[in-house]
Amino acid sequence: MSMTIVEKILAKAAGKSALKPGDVVEPRIDLAMSHENGALVINQFLQIYEGTPLEPKVWDASKIAIIFDHRVPAESPKTASNQKKVREFVREQFIGKFHDIRGDVGGICHQILPESGYVRPGCVVVGTDSHTTSHGALGAFSFGIGATEMASVWALGKALNVEVPATIKVIVTGEFPEFVGPKDLILHLIGKISAQGANFRVIEFHGDTIRKMSTSGRLVICNMSVEAGATAGIVPADDETVRYLKEEAGVEDSLEMVFPDADAEYDELIEIDVSKLEPQIACPHTVDNVKSIDEVHGTAIHQVVIGSCTNGRLDDLEMAASMIRGKKVSQNTRMLVFPASGRIYSQALGKGLIGDFMTAGALVMNPGCGPCLGIHEGALGDGEVALSTTNRNFKGRMGNPTAAVYLCSPAVAAASAVTGVITDPRKGDN
Amino acid sequence: MAKVIFTVGDDISTDIIYPGRYMATVLPSETPQFAFIDDPEFNGRLLSTDEPQARAIVAGENFGCGSSREQAVSTLKGHEVVIVAKSIARIFLQNAVNLGLDIVIAPNIEASTGDELEISENQAINKTTGQSFEIVPLPKSRQEIIEAGGLIPFTRTRLLAG
Repeated sequence: MSMTIVEKILAKAAGKSALKPGDVVEPRIDLAMSHENGALVINQFLQIYEGTPLEPKVWDASKIAIIFDHRVPAESPKTASNQKKVREFVREQFIGKFHDIRGDVGGICHQILPESGYVRPGCVVVGTDSHTTSHGALGAFSFGIGATEMASVWALGKALNVEVPATIKVIVTGEFPEFVGPKDLILHLIGKISAQGANFRVIEFHGDTIRKMSTSGRLVICNMSVEAGATAGIVPADDETVRYLKEEAGVEDSLEMVFPDADAEYDELIEIDVSKLEPQIACPHTVDNVKSIDEVHGTAIHQVVIGSCTNGRLDDLEMAASMIRGKKVSQNTRMLVFPASGRIYSQALGKGLIGDFMTAGALVMNPGCGPCLGIHEGALGDGEVALSTTNRNFKGRMGNPTAAVYLCSPAVAAASAVTGVITDPRKGDN
Repeated sequence: MAKVIFTVGDDISTDIIYPGRYMATVLPSETPQFAFIDDPEFNGRLLSTDEPQARAIVAGENFGCGSSREQAVSTLKGHEVVIVAKSIARIFLQNAVNLGLDIVIAPNIEASTGDELEISENQAINKTTGQSFEIVPLPKSRQEIIEAGGLIPFTRTRLLAG
Protein backbone atom coordinates (compact mmCIF):
# COMPACT_ATOMS: atom_id res chain seq x y z
CA MET A 1 0.00 0.00 0.00
CA SER A 2 1.48 3.36 -0.98
CA MET A 3 1.80 5.98 1.71
CA THR A 4 2.57 9.66 2.25
CA ILE A 5 5.67 10.50 4.28
CA VAL A 6 3.71 11.04 7.51
CA GLU A 7 1.78 7.79 7.06
CA LYS A 8 5.13 6.00 6.69
CA ILE A 9 6.69 7.69 9.72
CA LEU A 10 3.64 6.94 11.87
CA ALA A 11 3.43 3.34 10.64
CA LYS A 12 7.01 2.73 11.68
CA ALA A 13 6.58 4.51 15.03
CA ALA A 14 3.43 2.53 15.78
CA GLY A 15 4.70 -0.84 14.54
CA LYS A 16 2.19 -1.09 11.70
CA SER A 17 2.85 -2.18 8.14
CA ALA A 18 0.47 0.29 6.55
CA LEU A 19 -1.74 3.19 7.58
CA LYS A 20 -4.35 5.40 6.00
CA PRO A 21 -5.94 8.68 7.11
CA GLY A 22 -8.35 8.20 10.00
CA ASP A 23 -6.57 5.16 11.45
CA VAL A 24 -5.86 5.55 15.16
CA VAL A 25 -2.35 4.79 16.40
CA GLU A 26 -0.07 5.18 19.40
CA PRO A 27 3.28 6.28 17.97
CA ARG A 28 6.41 6.09 20.11
CA ILE A 29 7.89 9.53 20.55
CA ASP A 30 11.50 10.27 19.61
CA LEU A 31 11.64 13.78 21.05
CA ALA A 32 9.33 15.62 23.46
CA MET A 33 9.95 19.36 23.72
CA SER A 34 8.65 21.98 26.16
CA HIS A 35 9.59 25.52 27.16
CA GLU A 36 8.52 27.54 30.21
CA ASN A 37 5.16 25.80 30.03
CA GLY A 38 7.05 22.78 31.30
CA ALA A 39 5.89 24.12 34.68
CA LEU A 40 2.30 23.18 33.76
CA VAL A 41 3.43 19.88 32.25
CA ILE A 42 5.10 18.99 35.56
CA ASN A 43 1.86 19.80 37.42
CA GLN A 44 -0.19 17.54 35.11
CA PHE A 45 2.51 14.82 35.11
CA LEU A 46 2.47 14.57 38.91
CA GLN A 47 -1.34 14.39 38.85
CA ILE A 48 -1.19 11.27 36.67
CA TYR A 49 0.64 9.47 39.48
CA GLU A 50 -1.65 10.67 42.28
CA GLY A 51 -3.30 7.81 44.12
CA THR A 52 -1.07 5.20 42.47
CA PRO A 53 1.78 3.27 44.05
CA LEU A 54 4.04 4.35 41.20
CA GLU A 55 6.95 6.77 41.53
CA PRO A 56 6.66 9.71 39.06
CA LYS A 57 9.46 9.03 36.60
CA VAL A 58 9.69 10.20 32.99
CA TRP A 59 9.84 7.39 30.44
CA ASP A 60 13.19 8.43 28.91
CA ALA A 61 15.01 11.50 30.20
CA SER A 62 17.28 11.59 27.14
CA LYS A 63 14.31 12.17 24.83
CA ILE A 64 12.90 15.17 26.67
CA ALA A 65 14.03 18.67 25.69
CA ILE A 66 13.24 21.78 27.71
CA ILE A 67 14.29 25.16 26.36
CA PHE A 68 13.57 28.48 28.08
CA ASP A 69 12.67 31.06 25.46
CA HIS A 70 9.23 32.61 25.93
CA ARG A 71 10.12 34.84 28.86
CA VAL A 72 13.88 35.25 28.96
CA PRO A 73 15.25 36.64 31.15
CA ALA A 74 12.20 36.26 33.42
CA GLU A 75 9.92 39.32 33.22
CA SER A 76 8.25 38.66 36.60
CA PRO A 77 8.79 36.82 39.88
CA LYS A 78 6.03 34.41 38.84
CA THR A 79 7.87 33.42 35.67
CA ALA A 80 11.18 33.19 37.52
CA SER A 81 9.52 30.83 40.00
CA ASN A 82 8.09 28.69 37.18
CA GLN A 83 11.57 28.51 35.63
CA LYS A 84 13.02 27.56 39.02
CA LYS A 85 10.45 24.78 39.38
CA VAL A 86 11.39 23.44 35.94
CA ARG A 87 15.14 23.54 36.75
CA GLU A 88 14.51 21.50 39.91
CA PHE A 89 12.51 18.93 37.94
CA VAL A 90 15.23 18.76 35.26
CA ARG A 91 17.77 17.92 37.97
CA GLU A 92 15.57 15.39 39.76
CA GLN A 93 14.63 13.57 36.56
CA PHE A 94 18.02 13.92 34.82
CA ILE A 95 16.45 15.58 31.76
CA GLY A 96 19.17 15.49 29.11
CA LYS A 97 18.36 18.25 26.66
CA PHE A 98 17.92 21.27 28.91
CA HIS A 99 18.77 24.74 27.60
CA ASP A 100 18.71 27.39 30.30
CA ILE A 101 18.91 31.17 29.81
CA ARG A 102 22.42 31.34 28.35
CA GLY A 103 24.34 33.17 25.65
CA ASP A 104 26.06 30.06 24.31
CA VAL A 105 23.52 27.24 24.03
CA GLY A 106 20.32 29.15 24.77
CA GLY A 107 17.74 30.45 22.34
CA ILE A 108 14.35 29.79 20.82
CA CYS A 109 13.30 26.14 21.05
CA HIS A 110 12.57 25.89 17.32
CA GLN A 111 16.13 26.97 16.54
CA ILE A 112 17.83 25.06 19.37
CA LEU A 113 16.30 21.71 18.35
CA PRO A 114 17.59 21.80 14.76
CA GLU A 115 20.97 23.43 15.48
CA SER A 116 21.70 20.97 18.29
CA GLY A 117 21.01 17.99 16.02
CA TYR A 118 18.11 16.76 18.17
CA VAL A 119 15.76 16.25 15.20
CA ARG A 120 16.39 13.60 12.53
CA PRO A 121 14.50 12.64 9.38
CA GLY A 122 11.76 10.11 10.09
CA CYS A 123 11.44 11.01 13.78
CA VAL A 124 8.20 11.70 15.61
CA VAL A 125 8.53 14.96 17.53
CA VAL A 126 5.95 16.55 19.82
CA GLY A 127 6.19 19.92 21.52
CA THR A 128 4.03 22.00 23.83
CA ASP A 129 4.18 24.79 21.32
CA SER A 130 2.09 25.18 18.19
CA HIS A 131 5.13 26.08 16.07
CA THR A 132 6.59 22.63 16.69
CA THR A 133 5.57 22.15 13.05
CA SER A 134 8.96 23.80 12.29
CA HIS A 135 10.87 20.53 12.57
CA GLY A 136 9.14 19.04 9.56
CA ALA A 137 11.87 21.01 7.75
CA LEU A 138 14.20 18.09 8.56
CA GLY A 139 11.82 15.39 7.34
CA ALA A 140 10.37 14.61 10.78
CA PHE A 141 6.68 14.38 11.71
CA SER A 142 6.54 17.15 14.27
CA PHE A 143 3.40 18.58 15.85
CA GLY A 144 2.15 20.76 18.68
CA ILE A 145 0.29 19.38 21.69
CA GLY A 146 -1.03 20.72 24.98
CA ALA A 147 0.59 20.41 28.39
CA THR A 148 -1.60 17.52 29.58
CA GLU A 149 -0.89 15.52 26.44
CA MET A 150 2.82 16.15 27.03
CA ALA A 151 2.45 14.90 30.61
CA SER A 152 0.98 11.71 29.16
CA VAL A 153 3.93 11.42 26.75
CA TRP A 154 6.40 11.92 29.61
CA ALA A 155 4.72 9.04 31.45
CA LEU A 156 4.23 6.59 28.57
CA GLY A 157 6.70 7.55 25.82
CA LYS A 158 3.96 7.53 23.25
CA ALA A 159 1.11 9.70 22.14
CA LEU A 160 -2.27 8.10 22.72
CA ASN A 161 -5.14 7.94 20.26
CA VAL A 162 -3.45 9.80 17.40
CA GLU A 163 -5.58 9.93 14.30
CA VAL A 164 -3.54 9.57 11.11
CA PRO A 165 -3.97 12.92 9.30
CA ALA A 166 -4.72 13.31 5.60
CA THR A 167 -2.06 15.12 3.58
CA ILE A 168 -2.09 18.08 1.21
CA LYS A 169 0.69 17.96 -1.39
CA VAL A 170 2.05 21.40 -2.24
CA ILE A 171 4.34 21.58 -5.27
CA VAL A 172 6.37 24.77 -5.50
CA THR A 173 8.22 25.69 -8.69
CA GLY A 174 10.10 28.66 -10.09
CA GLU A 175 12.84 30.91 -8.84
CA PHE A 176 12.10 33.57 -6.23
CA PRO A 177 12.42 37.15 -7.52
CA GLU A 178 14.91 39.36 -5.66
CA PHE A 179 13.78 40.22 -2.10
CA VAL A 180 11.08 37.53 -2.20
CA GLY A 181 11.56 34.26 -0.32
CA PRO A 182 10.18 31.51 1.93
CA LYS A 183 8.21 33.91 4.18
CA ASP A 184 6.38 35.34 1.17
CA LEU A 185 5.69 31.81 -0.09
CA ILE A 186 4.12 30.62 3.15
CA LEU A 187 2.11 33.83 3.65
CA HIS A 188 0.83 33.45 0.08
CA LEU A 189 -0.18 29.83 0.75
CA ILE A 190 -1.96 30.71 4.02
CA GLY A 191 -3.81 33.55 2.26
CA LYS A 192 -4.82 31.15 -0.49
CA ILE A 193 -6.15 28.30 1.65
CA SER A 194 -7.20 30.31 4.78
CA ALA A 195 -6.33 30.04 8.47
CA GLN A 196 -8.18 26.74 8.73
CA GLY A 197 -7.51 25.50 5.19
CA ALA A 198 -5.28 22.70 6.44
CA ASN A 199 -6.94 22.04 9.83
CA PHE A 200 -6.27 18.42 10.93
CA ARG A 201 -4.16 17.81 7.81
CA VAL A 202 -0.45 17.72 6.97
CA ILE A 203 1.20 19.89 4.32
CA GLU A 204 3.90 17.97 2.42
CA PHE A 205 6.14 20.31 0.41
CA HIS A 206 7.63 19.34 -2.95
CA GLY A 207 9.02 20.95 -6.10
CA ASP A 208 12.23 22.49 -7.45
CA THR A 209 11.90 25.60 -5.31
CA ILE A 210 11.79 23.52 -2.13
CA ARG A 211 14.71 21.33 -3.23
CA LYS A 212 16.84 24.44 -3.78
CA MET A 213 15.71 26.03 -0.49
CA SER A 214 18.06 26.06 2.52
CA THR A 215 17.05 24.34 5.76
CA SER A 216 16.60 27.82 7.20
CA GLY A 217 13.95 28.57 4.56
CA ARG A 218 12.29 25.19 5.04
CA LEU A 219 12.02 25.94 8.75
CA VAL A 220 10.09 29.11 7.85
CA ILE A 221 7.49 27.34 5.72
CA CYS A 222 7.04 24.41 8.11
CA ASN A 223 6.92 26.78 11.10
CA MET A 224 4.00 28.73 9.67
CA SER A 225 2.11 25.72 8.28
CA VAL A 226 0.23 25.76 11.59
CA GLU A 227 -1.13 29.20 10.66
CA ALA A 228 -3.17 27.40 8.00
CA GLY A 229 -4.29 25.03 10.75
CA ALA A 230 -1.98 22.19 9.66
CA THR A 231 -1.11 19.44 12.12
CA ALA A 232 2.37 19.48 10.57
CA GLY A 233 4.35 20.77 7.63
CA ILE A 234 7.02 18.51 6.20
CA VAL A 235 9.79 18.59 3.61
CA PRO A 236 11.08 15.11 2.70
CA ALA A 237 14.77 14.99 3.58
CA ASP A 238 17.43 15.33 0.86
CA ASP A 239 21.11 16.25 0.38
CA GLU A 240 20.50 19.67 1.94
CA THR A 241 19.05 18.02 5.06
CA VAL A 242 22.11 15.79 5.36
CA ARG A 243 24.42 18.77 4.80
CA TYR A 244 22.64 20.82 7.48
CA LEU A 245 22.64 18.03 10.05
CA LYS A 246 26.31 17.07 9.47
CA GLU A 247 27.85 20.50 8.90
CA GLU A 248 25.71 22.82 11.01
CA ALA A 249 24.20 20.55 13.67
CA GLY A 250 27.24 18.32 14.18
CA VAL A 251 25.36 15.05 13.70
CA GLU A 252 27.79 12.18 13.20
CA ASP A 253 25.66 9.04 13.23
CA SER A 254 24.01 7.68 10.11
CA LEU A 255 20.65 9.06 9.07
CA GLU A 256 17.67 6.98 8.13
CA MET A 257 15.71 8.74 5.42
CA VAL A 258 11.99 8.32 4.86
CA PHE A 259 10.34 9.27 1.58
CA PRO A 260 6.72 9.34 0.44
CA ASP A 261 5.74 6.78 -2.18
CA ALA A 262 5.49 8.19 -5.70
CA ASP A 263 1.90 7.00 -5.96
CA ALA A 264 0.80 8.02 -2.46
CA GLU A 265 -2.75 9.31 -2.15
CA TYR A 266 -3.17 12.96 -1.27
CA ASP A 267 -6.25 14.74 -0.03
CA GLU A 268 -5.53 17.81 -2.13
CA LEU A 269 -2.92 19.04 -4.60
CA ILE A 270 -1.81 22.67 -4.68
CA GLU A 271 0.69 24.06 -7.20
CA ILE A 272 2.45 27.38 -6.73
CA ASP A 273 4.81 29.16 -9.13
CA VAL A 274 6.91 31.68 -7.18
CA SER A 275 8.62 33.31 -10.15
CA LYS A 276 6.21 36.26 -10.14
CA LEU A 277 5.44 36.31 -6.41
CA GLU A 278 5.38 39.78 -4.82
CA PRO A 279 6.43 40.51 -1.22
CA GLN A 280 3.44 39.40 0.91
CA ILE A 281 2.02 41.08 4.00
CA ALA A 282 -0.40 39.50 6.50
CA CYS A 283 -2.61 42.36 7.66
CA PRO A 284 -4.39 42.70 11.02
CA HIS A 285 -5.86 40.70 12.71
CA THR A 286 -5.62 37.27 11.04
CA VAL A 287 -2.65 35.56 9.41
CA ASP A 288 -4.73 34.71 6.33
CA ASN A 289 -5.53 38.37 5.65
CA VAL A 290 -2.66 38.41 3.15
CA LYS A 291 -2.08 41.19 0.63
CA SER A 292 0.62 42.09 -1.86
CA ILE A 293 2.87 44.85 -0.62
CA ASP A 294 1.54 47.46 -3.05
CA GLU A 295 -1.85 47.31 -1.31
CA VAL A 296 -0.44 48.40 2.07
CA HIS A 297 2.65 50.30 0.95
CA GLY A 298 3.03 53.58 2.88
CA THR A 299 1.27 52.43 6.07
CA ALA A 300 2.94 54.17 9.04
CA ILE A 301 4.62 51.82 11.54
CA HIS A 302 5.80 52.47 15.09
CA GLN A 303 7.80 49.32 15.76
CA VAL A 304 9.71 46.90 13.55
CA VAL A 305 10.52 43.47 14.97
CA ILE A 306 13.03 41.13 13.35
CA GLY A 307 13.33 37.73 14.95
CA SER A 308 11.28 34.81 16.31
CA CYS A 309 11.17 31.09 15.55
CA THR A 310 10.05 32.11 12.06
CA ASN A 311 12.66 34.65 10.96
CA GLY A 312 15.47 35.10 13.50
CA ARG A 313 18.10 33.01 11.70
CA LEU A 314 21.45 34.11 10.29
CA ASP A 315 20.22 34.51 6.70
CA ASP A 316 17.32 36.63 7.99
CA LEU A 317 19.70 38.87 9.94
CA GLU A 318 22.05 39.10 6.93
CA MET A 319 19.16 40.20 4.71
CA ALA A 320 17.94 42.74 7.27
CA ALA A 321 21.44 44.13 7.86
CA SER A 322 22.02 44.52 4.12
CA MET A 323 18.90 46.71 3.90
CA ILE A 324 19.91 49.10 6.67
CA ARG A 325 23.72 49.10 6.44
CA GLY A 326 24.92 52.69 6.21
CA LYS A 327 21.38 53.99 6.77
CA LYS A 328 19.39 54.99 9.85
CA VAL A 329 16.21 53.69 11.39
CA SER A 330 13.54 56.36 10.84
CA GLN A 331 12.87 58.72 13.76
CA ASN A 332 9.20 57.75 13.40
CA THR A 333 9.74 54.12 14.31
CA ARG A 334 11.92 51.83 16.42
CA MET A 335 13.56 48.57 15.37
CA LEU A 336 14.16 45.57 17.61
CA VAL A 337 16.29 42.61 16.51
CA PHE A 338 16.16 39.22 18.26
CA PRO A 339 18.66 36.61 17.03
CA ALA A 340 16.99 33.20 17.37
CA SER A 341 19.80 31.65 19.42
CA GLY A 342 23.04 32.43 21.18
CA ARG A 343 24.89 30.69 18.37
CA ILE A 344 23.22 32.89 15.75
CA TYR A 345 23.96 35.97 17.87
CA SER A 346 27.66 35.04 17.90
CA GLN A 347 27.69 34.34 14.18
CA ALA A 348 26.01 37.69 13.53
CA LEU A 349 28.58 39.36 15.78
CA GLY A 350 31.41 37.71 13.82
CA LYS A 351 29.98 38.94 10.53
CA GLY A 352 29.59 42.47 11.83
CA LEU A 353 25.81 42.39 11.60
CA ILE A 354 25.24 43.37 15.23
CA GLY A 355 27.35 46.48 14.63
CA ASP A 356 25.39 47.25 11.46
CA PHE A 357 22.13 47.14 13.39
CA MET A 358 23.33 49.18 16.36
CA THR A 359 24.97 51.83 14.14
CA ALA A 360 21.74 52.19 12.20
CA GLY A 361 19.83 52.75 15.43
CA ALA A 362 18.26 49.30 15.76
CA LEU A 363 18.29 47.71 19.19
CA VAL A 364 19.74 44.19 19.31
CA MET A 365 18.05 42.18 22.04
CA ASN A 366 18.79 38.87 23.70
CA PRO A 367 17.92 35.60 21.93
CA GLY A 368 14.37 34.51 22.72
CA CYS A 369 10.77 34.97 21.64
CA GLY A 370 10.85 38.70 22.43
CA PRO A 371 7.57 40.59 22.06
CA CYS A 372 6.03 38.08 19.61
CA LEU A 373 3.55 36.79 22.16
CA GLY A 374 2.97 40.04 23.99
CA ILE A 375 4.68 39.42 27.29
CA HIS A 376 7.71 41.70 27.41
CA GLU A 377 10.58 43.31 25.48
CA GLY A 378 8.51 45.48 23.16
CA ALA A 379 4.84 45.91 23.98
CA LEU A 380 2.89 48.27 21.72
CA GLY A 381 1.19 51.49 22.83
CA ASP A 382 -2.52 52.17 22.29
CA GLY A 383 -3.31 52.30 18.59
CA GLU A 384 0.29 51.64 17.56
CA VAL A 385 1.23 49.57 14.51
CA ALA A 386 4.02 46.99 14.33
CA LEU A 387 5.61 45.44 11.27
CA SER A 388 7.10 42.13 12.27
CA THR A 389 8.83 39.04 10.87
CA THR A 390 7.06 36.92 13.49
CA ASN A 391 4.19 34.53 12.78
CA ARG A 392 0.99 35.86 14.37
CA ASN A 393 -0.95 39.11 14.14
CA PHE A 394 -3.99 38.24 16.25
CA LYS A 395 -5.70 41.05 18.12
CA GLY A 396 -3.70 41.72 21.27
CA ARG A 397 -0.87 39.45 20.18
CA MET A 398 1.89 41.98 20.88
CA GLY A 399 0.43 42.81 24.28
CA ASN A 400 -2.11 45.50 23.40
CA PRO A 401 -5.59 44.75 22.04
CA THR A 402 -5.87 48.25 20.54
CA ALA A 403 -2.63 47.86 18.53
CA ALA A 404 -2.18 46.23 15.13
CA VAL A 405 0.48 43.86 13.78
CA TYR A 406 1.47 43.33 10.13
CA LEU A 407 3.62 40.29 9.25
CA CYS A 408 6.29 40.24 6.54
CA SER A 409 9.74 39.03 5.49
CA PRO A 410 13.01 40.34 6.97
CA ALA A 411 13.68 42.27 3.74
CA VAL A 412 10.39 44.17 3.95
CA ALA A 413 10.74 44.75 7.70
CA ALA A 414 14.24 46.23 7.45
CA ALA A 415 13.49 48.35 4.36
CA SER A 416 10.46 49.73 6.19
CA ALA A 417 12.44 50.52 9.36
CA VAL A 418 14.47 53.00 7.31
CA THR A 419 11.41 54.85 6.00
CA GLY A 420 9.01 54.43 8.94
CA VAL A 421 6.29 53.21 6.57
CA ILE A 422 5.66 49.84 4.90
CA THR A 423 8.15 49.87 2.05
CA ASP A 424 8.79 47.57 -0.89
CA PRO A 425 12.43 46.47 -0.64
CA ARG A 426 12.58 46.27 -4.44
CA LYS A 427 11.93 50.01 -4.66
CA GLY A 428 14.32 51.23 -1.97
CA ASP A 429 13.82 54.34 0.15
CA ASN A 430 11.12 56.01 -1.96
CA MET B 1 -30.97 23.72 28.20
CA ALA B 2 -28.10 26.18 27.94
CA LYS B 3 -28.39 29.94 27.64
CA VAL B 4 -26.11 31.65 25.11
CA ILE B 5 -24.15 34.19 27.16
CA PHE B 6 -22.27 35.51 24.18
CA THR B 7 -21.40 34.86 20.56
CA VAL B 8 -18.07 35.35 18.77
CA GLY B 9 -17.06 35.26 15.09
CA ASP B 10 -14.51 33.22 13.12
CA ASP B 11 -10.82 32.65 13.97
CA ILE B 12 -11.03 33.44 17.68
CA SER B 13 -7.43 32.79 18.69
CA THR B 14 -6.14 31.52 22.01
CA ASP B 15 -4.53 34.98 22.36
CA ILE B 16 -8.06 36.42 22.56
CA ILE B 17 -9.34 33.69 24.89
CA TYR B 18 -6.30 33.88 27.17
CA PRO B 19 -3.82 36.70 26.39
CA GLY B 20 -0.09 35.90 26.49
CA ARG B 21 0.61 38.28 29.32
CA TYR B 22 -1.27 35.98 31.73
CA MET B 23 0.58 32.84 30.66
CA ALA B 24 2.80 32.81 33.74
CA THR B 25 -0.40 31.73 35.49
CA VAL B 26 -0.52 28.03 34.70
CA LEU B 27 -2.61 26.20 37.27
CA PRO B 28 -6.15 25.34 36.05
CA SER B 29 -7.48 26.53 39.41
CA GLU B 30 -6.08 30.04 38.80
CA THR B 31 -6.73 30.64 35.08
CA PRO B 32 -10.56 31.13 34.95
CA GLN B 33 -10.43 34.79 36.05
CA PHE B 34 -8.58 35.78 32.85
CA ALA B 35 -10.97 34.32 30.23
CA PHE B 36 -11.57 36.85 27.42
CA ILE B 37 -10.11 39.49 29.74
CA ASP B 38 -9.46 42.02 26.97
CA ASP B 39 -13.22 42.13 26.47
CA PRO B 40 -14.38 43.27 29.93
CA GLU B 41 -18.06 42.68 29.08
CA PHE B 42 -17.55 38.99 28.12
CA ASN B 43 -15.19 38.45 31.00
CA GLY B 44 -17.73 39.98 33.37
CA ARG B 45 -20.51 37.74 32.07
CA LEU B 46 -18.37 34.64 32.48
CA LEU B 47 -17.44 35.59 36.01
CA SER B 48 -20.96 36.66 36.96
CA THR B 49 -22.84 34.41 39.33
CA ASP B 50 -26.20 35.94 38.28
CA GLU B 51 -26.25 33.95 35.02
CA PRO B 52 -28.13 30.63 34.82
CA GLN B 53 -26.24 27.43 35.60
CA ALA B 54 -26.06 26.01 32.07
CA ARG B 55 -24.34 28.49 29.77
CA ALA B 56 -23.09 28.39 26.19
CA ILE B 57 -20.68 30.39 24.06
CA VAL B 58 -21.51 30.22 20.36
CA ALA B 59 -18.55 30.62 18.00
CA GLY B 60 -17.83 30.66 14.26
CA GLU B 61 -15.16 28.78 12.32
CA ASN B 62 -11.70 27.83 13.62
CA PHE B 63 -12.36 28.55 17.30
CA GLY B 64 -9.20 28.34 19.43
CA CYS B 65 -6.71 28.76 16.59
CA GLY B 66 -3.09 29.69 17.27
CA SER B 67 -1.02 28.92 20.31
CA SER B 68 -1.17 25.51 22.02
CA ARG B 69 -1.50 27.16 25.47
CA GLU B 70 -3.70 24.90 27.55
CA GLN B 71 -4.75 27.85 29.71
CA ALA B 72 -7.15 28.79 26.88
CA VAL B 73 -9.07 25.61 27.69
CA SER B 74 -8.69 25.56 31.48
CA THR B 75 -9.81 29.20 31.68
CA LEU B 76 -13.16 28.24 30.07
CA LYS B 77 -13.41 24.89 31.82
CA GLY B 78 -13.45 26.80 35.11
CA HIS B 79 -16.77 28.40 34.14
CA GLU B 80 -18.70 25.21 33.28
CA VAL B 81 -19.65 26.60 29.90
CA VAL B 82 -20.35 24.65 26.70
CA ILE B 83 -18.64 25.86 23.51
CA VAL B 84 -20.78 25.43 20.40
CA ALA B 85 -18.64 26.23 17.35
CA LYS B 86 -18.90 25.84 13.58
CA SER B 87 -15.40 24.35 13.67
CA ILE B 88 -12.56 24.10 16.19
CA ALA B 89 -8.79 24.30 15.61
CA ARG B 90 -6.95 21.02 16.17
CA ILE B 91 -4.80 21.69 19.25
CA PHE B 92 -7.60 23.50 21.11
CA LEU B 93 -9.97 20.65 20.35
CA GLN B 94 -7.51 18.05 21.62
CA ASN B 95 -6.81 20.10 24.75
CA ALA B 96 -10.56 20.43 25.36
CA VAL B 97 -10.96 16.65 25.09
CA ASN B 98 -7.98 16.08 27.37
CA LEU B 99 -9.25 18.44 30.08
CA GLY B 100 -12.95 17.66 29.70
CA LEU B 101 -14.14 21.04 28.42
CA ASP B 102 -17.61 20.60 26.93
CA ILE B 103 -17.40 21.26 23.17
CA VAL B 104 -19.92 20.80 20.39
CA ILE B 105 -19.22 21.13 16.66
CA ALA B 106 -22.32 22.32 14.81
CA PRO B 107 -21.16 23.57 11.37
CA ASN B 108 -24.30 25.60 10.66
CA ILE B 109 -25.11 26.87 14.15
CA GLU B 110 -26.96 30.18 14.34
CA ALA B 111 -27.74 31.78 17.67
CA SER B 112 -27.77 35.16 19.37
CA THR B 113 -26.95 36.18 22.90
CA GLY B 114 -29.83 35.23 25.17
CA ASP B 115 -31.07 32.32 23.03
CA GLU B 116 -31.76 28.98 24.69
CA LEU B 117 -30.06 25.92 23.19
CA GLU B 118 -31.07 22.33 23.72
CA ILE B 119 -28.12 20.09 22.91
CA SER B 120 -28.47 16.37 22.35
CA GLU B 121 -26.16 13.78 20.83
CA ASN B 122 -27.00 14.56 17.20
CA GLN B 123 -28.40 18.05 17.15
CA ALA B 124 -28.50 21.45 18.75
CA ILE B 125 -31.95 23.04 18.82
CA ASN B 126 -32.23 26.78 19.19
CA LYS B 127 -35.42 26.87 21.24
CA THR B 128 -35.67 30.64 20.82
CA THR B 129 -35.71 30.58 16.99
CA GLY B 130 -37.01 27.04 16.55
CA GLN B 131 -34.12 26.06 14.25
CA SER B 132 -32.20 22.82 14.66
CA PHE B 133 -28.59 22.22 13.67
CA GLU B 134 -26.71 19.00 13.01
CA ILE B 135 -23.84 18.11 15.36
CA VAL B 136 -20.69 16.45 14.03
CA PRO B 137 -19.71 13.80 16.59
CA LEU B 138 -16.12 13.56 17.76
CA PRO B 139 -14.20 10.52 16.49
CA LYS B 140 -14.20 7.41 18.67
CA SER B 141 -10.53 7.94 19.57
CA ARG B 142 -11.43 11.21 21.29
CA GLN B 143 -14.70 9.92 22.78
CA GLU B 144 -12.70 7.29 24.68
CA ILE B 145 -10.66 9.98 26.43
CA ILE B 146 -13.78 11.97 27.32
CA GLU B 147 -15.49 8.83 28.67
CA ALA B 148 -12.45 8.12 30.84
CA GLY B 149 -12.83 11.55 32.42
CA GLY B 150 -9.96 13.19 30.55
CA LEU B 151 -6.42 12.35 29.57
CA ILE B 152 -5.02 12.24 33.11
CA PRO B 153 -7.22 9.31 34.28
CA PHE B 154 -6.93 7.74 30.79
CA THR B 155 -3.12 7.80 31.04
CA ARG B 156 -3.19 6.65 34.67
CA THR B 157 -5.17 3.55 33.69
CA ARG B 158 -2.69 2.78 30.91
CA LEU B 159 0.26 3.28 33.22
CA LEU B 160 -1.17 0.96 35.86
CA ALA B 161 -1.93 -1.65 33.20
CA GLY B 162 1.82 -1.63 32.45
